[in-house]
Amino acid sequence: MKSLADLENLRQKAQEAMKVREGMKETKVVVGMGTCGIAAGAREVMSAILDELAKRQLADVTVTQTGCVGLCEYEPLVDVIKPGQPKVTYHHVDPEKARQIVVKHVVNDQPIGEWVITSR
Amino acid sequence: MRELSLHILDLVENSLEAGATQVEIEIREDLKQDLFCFRVRDNGRGMDEDTLQHAADAFYTKRCTRKFGFGLPLLKAACERCEGKLVLESKPWQGTIVTTTFRYSHWDRAPLGDIATTIFLVLAGRPDVKLYYRHWVDGKSFEFSSEEVKRRLGPVPLNHVAVLDWLKGYLAENIGHLYGGA
Ligand code: FES
Repeated sequence: MKSLADLENLRQKAQEAMKVREGMKETKVVVGMGTCGIAAGAREVMSAILDELAKRQLADVTVTQTGCVGLCEYEPLVDVIKPGQPKVTYHHVDPEKARQIVVKHVVNDQPIGEWVITSR
Repeated sequence: MRELSLHILDLVENSLEAGATQVEIEIREDLKQDLFCFRVRDNGRGMDEDTLQHAADAFYTKRCTRKFGFGLPLLKAACERCEGKLVLESKPWQGTIVTTTFRYSHWDRAPLGDIATTIFLVLAGRPDVKLYYRHWVDGKSFEFSSEEVKRRLGPVPLNHVAVLDWLKGYLAENIGHLYGGA
């Protein structure tokens, strides 16, 4: 079973890896976690995104959550913000779509137009 | 909501919206006393007397765009359906405590569900927040402190991809263990 003692080892490995990525610009992924978002499956969406990033060991992407943005009927909502590019908002995201958003948009820079609400 | 762990996520999100920098989550499952309870305590903005009076009232908080979601009345109704109750304590600038009780064996009580993922996602999304988690299942207990992990990690951020991977497994294993699982 995993224990807190594992963190010593992890710390050393992660610190070495961090030297490499220093100064790299970060992509941000934001998941809507208002009550509607959660009820519509935002937890599973965020979980799928983190899982997909972990599989690819993508260290230059941060995932965070935001509260209600007043768009109940479009939840779950996911924003992808790439450095130097406008924010792209996806609506009605489910775990499967979330994984594709990571692969196509986050990794390969190809937003999936048909799932996008606004591109400001 | 179909899992109590989703209600807990909703409460934590309310806390974060209220500017909390510290959140404590406690869950007690007591089969002998046929009691299921949980509590979320934060150090956020809190509420004044008037807001507090109506916060768990479905009539006043129907609109989701309010400062705290309409998740609270939903949770209150869920407690009351299960012979339990929701108690809300808050003072302006002194944080908020939400305490819930349910009859454990009540037919309508939703399962706790995937609490490990709930905790994991709060840590992943808001690594800056101090998160304390305590979970009792009859005689067994599990405690987690984000600050203890951060102390051990030193300069490595809590949301580093390798750390997240570890956290996910650590929480799932240890919480699973409470139920006699691996
Ligand atoms: S939670 Fe429904 S619009 Fe905000």
